[in-house]
Amino acid sequence: MKIRSQVSMVFHLDKCIGCHTCSIACKNIWTDRQGAEYMWWNNVETKPGVGFPTQWEDQEKYKGGWELKNGKPQLKLQNRVEALGNLFSNPALPTMDDYYEPWTYKYGDLFNSPLGDDQPTARPISRIDGQPIEIESGPNWDDDLGGSNVYAANDPLLENMSDEEKRRLFSIEQLFYFYMPRICNHCLNAGCVAACPSGAIYKRAEDGIVLINQDKCRGWRMCVSACPYKKTYYNWSTGKSEKCILCYPRLETGQAPACFHSCVGRIRYLGVLLYDADQIEAAVKVSDEQLVQRQREMILDPFDPQVIAAAKESGIPDGVITAAQRSPVYRYVKEWELALPLHPEFRTLPMLFYVPPLLPVLSVAQDGGTQRVENDLFSSLENARVPVRYMSRMLSAGNDELVIKAYQKMIAVRIYKRAETVGDVTSDEATAALAKAGMSAEEAEAIYQLTSLPNYQERFVIPPYGREGDIEEVYDPQQRKAETGFGRRQSPHRGL
Amino acid sequence: MPDIDILLFVVFPYVAVVLAVIGTLYRYFRNQFSFTSLSSQFLENDIQFWGSTLWHYGIIPTLVIHVMGFTIPKVMELMHSTPETLYLAELAGKVFGIMALVGAGALFYRRVASSKVRMVTTPVDWVILVLLFFQVFLGMWIAFGYRWGATWFIHTVTPWVVSLATFQPAPQYVASLPLIPKLHFLNATLLIAIFPFGRLVHMVSFPVEYLWRRFQLVIWTRRKVV
Ligand code: SF4
Ligand code: SF4
Repeated sequence: MKIRSQVSMVFHLDKCIGCHTCSIACKNIWTDRQGAEYMWWNNVETKPGVGFPTQWEDQEKYKGGWELKNGKPQLKLQNRVEALGNLFSNPALPTMDDYYEPWTYKYGDLFNSPLGDDQPTARPISRIDGQPIEIESGPNWDDDLGGSNVYAANDPLLENMSDEEKRRLFSIEQLFYFYMPRICNHCLNAGCVAACPSGAIYKRAEDGIVLINQDKCRGWRMCVSACPYKKTYYNWSTGKSEKCILCYPRLETGQAPACFHSCVGRIRYLGVLLYDADQIEAAVKVSDEQLVQRQREMILDPFDPQVIAAAKESGIPDGVITAAQRSPVYRYVKEWELALPLHPEFRTLPMLFYVPPLLPVLSVAQDGGTQRVENDLFSSLENARVPVRYMSRMLSAGNDELVIKAYQKMIAVRIYKRAETVGDVTSDEATAALAKAGMSAEEAEAIYQLTSLPNYQERFVIPPYGREGDIEEVYDPQQRKAETGFGRRQSPHRGL
Repeated sequence: MPDIDILLFVVFPYVAVVLAVIGTLYRYFRNQFSFTSLSSQFLENDIQFWGSTLWHYGIIPTLVIHVMGFTIPKVMELMHSTPETLYLAELAGKVFGIMALVGAGALFYRRVASSKVRMVTTPVDWVILVLLFFQVFLGMWIAFGYRWGATWFIHTVTPWVVSLATFQPAPQYVASLPLIPKLHFLNATLLIAIFPFGRLVHMVSFPVEYLWRRFQLVIWTRRKVV
């Protein structure tokens, strides 16, 4: 058993209000520079919708992630020899058109235009070449356009839905949508790491954050194609690829990443998961339906004395083990089995998990009435407003059962709390609901607490880092005196 | 031996190689960040595919054949000993050369035509592109105008390069060649000289180790485990 720790994440989709505060927090800190204008290390998509870049989920188009060939995982993009052959022109590289062309406005014209009969206008110009442009796409271009036959209808997830299901999704009074905030998943079997010809991308052993070494990156762009989530971006100005760094400078000083910290809906949780790195290969070899279960099995119980002993042996500090025991992510993912990974069928073992949204699923089943057990809320899932199949295509590689199980628990928690706080449901009904979902009252209470009332320390359990100690071990402190923390001395210019 | 020949075919090559080696090493250790392919495929994909693919698949074999001519002339000579093989060698050289020429032309056109790509083109990029195009153009001129280069190369260019490499410079091997081959050599030397000052350095980062490296890389910050 080779135990590693991973700073992992849960996003509770029911709580996301689609305010994009997270995206802006990230942009302001990290990507407000030339070459990075179009990058959204954090973005919030409307689902159903095409996403960013357009239809990123369609791997026939983008060739991201892994596929099983003769039972062995292989990058969908190319094998090793092909990689060298494709260096000169990456056949599956998304271009700027798949994202959007960043623009600004010629504000100066508002002040400098000569006196005339017409109001001066600020025309949009490209932030690449400064030419006037026709804006055809932009960040969150299909924001809130669930049901749109231009955007939502082109959602790759709808591909295998029956006509009846599609009709249900798109008829005018039935439209629904929810938000899907996305950052890099800091995968265990990352496509970006595996595809980098220069070996510039790596996972930090201490916390599992996946980073691109900017000095070693040679701009071959294979990571951009191989990440199925399209969370590495090519900086067209510096000629290097960049990605979400999970705000590691913030984590190292005990602060949550900017998108987590600023999240208005408080949907985000962050904590350590201990996992068995020896199981990675086996875990990505199983069939689609088993992927989530297998990934859960890799995640180890931080209270198990055997696991603790093995973790210590693998060099995991006590503080990190304690953090793993307090991890909200462990509870959502493993204990309660409420949170599911996004598109596990890409086989990268993503370590960002989503609690599926209940709200649009249920709201038609109840005719505006109270949620009651007599109305048989559980079976209502089958004719729910959003087909469960849509969620399972997204969050469990098509395994409906896992999504239904999560929903049943969430519904039971609602009924249980409703009985307690509103009182229009009897406690017998609540007990019955809990029994049906296979959970105890304590568990329901704990889920309720962590979902609805968590404070900052409960949402973000950041492991102790001890960076100074680490640095001292790597560098002579005398030599590094007054240097550490100041980073590069050359500004990142393109070429020479 | 006129001074000018010594200057062009002895001094200049030495200066160029010293510049290239020291310059590249200095740049690698001082500013490794600047080592990148500087790809602009993200901004323009269609011509890039034809230009870059034709260029690289044409120029790499051409370079390899040249280097083989310098290093294993005996083998090369043997390979060209019958008219059929000589003919084949000439043909291969021309095909690769034309691929590279068309590719370089396409890449040049692309930089002129696309205003976005122009934005990420530095003056050095232009210089290098023009020199490279000119170099392949001269090479093709030689291939078509001074035939059977596969054989006379071995008795002129090879001894000259070998003489330089063994520090017994013998410029006379090339001094009496016609103007076009001489220009080809000088332009090549110039390209070596400017190697560290532009994007050509991406050549030394060709990632062969990708063929065998582990897929997943995990790096500890700590040297020893605490
Ligand atoms: S989600 Fe992040 S870690 Fe996973 S493949 Fe993409 S960039 Fe790499
Ligand atoms: S800040 Fe939070 S609530 Fe707002 S869009 Fe981002 S994830 Fe959703």
